[in-house]
Amino acid sequence: MMGVKETLRAALLSFVILAVLLGAWHLATLPKEQAAASDDEYAKLMGKGAKKSDGFPTPAQLGETIVRQLSDPFYDNGPNDKGIGIQLAHSLARVGAGFALAMLVAVPLGFLIGMSPLLYRAFDPFIQVLKPISPLAWMPIALYTIKDSSVSGVFVIFICSLWPTLINTAYGVGAVRRDWLNVARTLEVRPLRKAFQVILPAAAPTILTGMRISIGIAWLVIVAAEMLVGGTGIGYFVWNEWNNLNLTNVIFAILVIGVVGMALDILCGRLQTLVTYVE
Amino acid sequence: MSFLEVQGLKQVFPARGASPETVVFDDLHFGIEKGEFVCIIGHSGCGKTTILNAIAGLEKPTDGVVIMDNREVSGPSLDRGVVFQGHALMPWLTVMSNVAFAVRSRRPDWRADQVRAHCQQFIDMVGLTGAEHKKPSELSGGMKQRVGIARAFSIQPKMLLLDEPFGALDALTRGTIQDELVRIVRATHQTVFMITHDVDEAILLADKILLMSNGPRAVVAEIVENTMPADRTRMTMHHDPQYYRIRNHLVDFLVNRSRLYAGGDARAAYDSKHPPVVRPGLEAERAAPVPPTSEPPRAAVINLRHAN
Repeated sequence: MMGVKETLRAALLSFVILAVLLGAWHLATLPKEQAAASDDEYAKLMGKGAKKSDGFPTPAQLGETIVRQLSDPFYDNGPNDKGIGIQLAHSLARVGAGFALAMLVAVPLGFLIGMSPLLYRAFDPFIQVLKPISPLAWMPIALYTIKDSSVSGVFVIFICSLWPTLINTAYGVGAVRRDWLNVARTLEVRPLRKAFQVILPAAAPTILTGMRISIGIAWLVIVAAEMLVGGTGIGYFVWNEWNNLNLTNVIFAILVIGVVGMALDILCGRLQTLVTYVE
Repeated sequence: MSFLEVQGLKQVFPARGASPETVVFDDLHFGIEKGEFVCIIGHSGCGKTTILNAIAGLEKPTDGVVIMDNREVSGPSLDRGVVFQGHALMPWLTVMSNVAFAVRSRRPDWRADQVRAHCQQFIDMVGLTGAEHKKPSELSGGMKQRVGIARAFSIQPKMLLLDEPFGALDALTRGTIQDELVRIVRATHQTVFMITHDVDEAILLADKILLMSNGPRAVVAEIVENTMPADRTRMTMHHDPQYYRIRNHLVDFLVNRSRLYAGGDARAAYDSKHPPVVRPGLEAERAAPVPPTSEPPRAAVINLRHAN
């Protein structure tokens, strides 16, 4: 019962924090009081309404935008006006493709590197040099060689999600308890069975941690990548709305990016609990 | 020739940084007969685990050979089951799956129901009926070690190697599992080699007790034959006068004599190929002056780590 009570209190506190933030935002964006009527006329002459603000959207405007955008997320009025659902789908498809390709390389390669101290040391300098490179730095090379902006985006996601999973897989495989390997040895377990039935389940929690970090980074990078390559996607949406000077839409997009990122992380977290074991 | 022969075993750990090369033991000889239960006792650092690993084939000794059933041990094999010190169960598998993992290695051609029935038999044997679908994390230390024993027995090896299997258990649990092990081993006539720190455990279980002198350059100083009746039990064996003679002999060795073999007379008189075989239980003149009734049984337990 204590747990439920604690949860309720935490939720209540969250709401208070949200209310304070929205309240502060609302107060900060209240329309400025205008002193003289002549100014109103002047304003009308200048093509502006009676309401005047410094241009930053209010919470109410954001609310309207959220309702409007979510009520019709999949409309398509040409290249510069697509619903948020379509943009998200493009981004998720790129992240999904790049991440999947990265996993196909990182997990088996990490396995090899983790099993062999020789390979570990041979690959280490490459990993150490390539890992800290901002994935966007690869973009020109990707654009030049691949010659397709959308595929280049996928490549950037591939490159950035490779390293955490590769490193974690190698570490997890290398750190499998000697006792378990000795059990496998005394039972004369064949290498393939040992890999799949001893090492893989033993290293799975570490591998999943790597994948969770990878997908997190991929979601960070996709926004920037799509701002660069343009065309479609949530990153392009943000940049396009900035060019339209529609800050409300930009804030809305930021919210959506956060929520989707959280959802991806929760999904990975669920997978992680599935393979986690208690020693 | 014995069922298991250890001949001229030598283990050297190479120099590392400031610490020089260590010769753990050199020119070790002993044998184990089929169906025999042999315990090895000695202080930490005398190389007991190294000997066990060499017999298991998990580690290659610097020199010397281990021959089992007329064949040289060249690597780990299903013929030698190992119960590890830290149970070494796979935490993501249930009790049943842990045992089944071993059984499937032994009998890859068996159908799933055959494997299950076979596993069940050994899970029942160690008294874990009903816990088949629990994960190791849901079991107590004693139960985990039972699973380890069931797993080792389930492949029906020619020989069983136990590396201080009850070291981490409390005295009460240890007693119960010792009783079970006695029952199982006497029923299956399993050949066993076991490391222990517990003198009473050795007297209860072993037919022969190898006494290791202190390392480095440890030797099998003596082979103590256990002359007590084969049907001895933990509850009654301290009523037998032999028990105190053997026990005093073992404790005396560990406390006083185990360090004498580093050099001097004891070393000079020592023939590594034929370690002396002694039967302290039958030596009436060495009888302990302690009447069995004056001392409650638990007080007689000395844990060597504390005695050391």
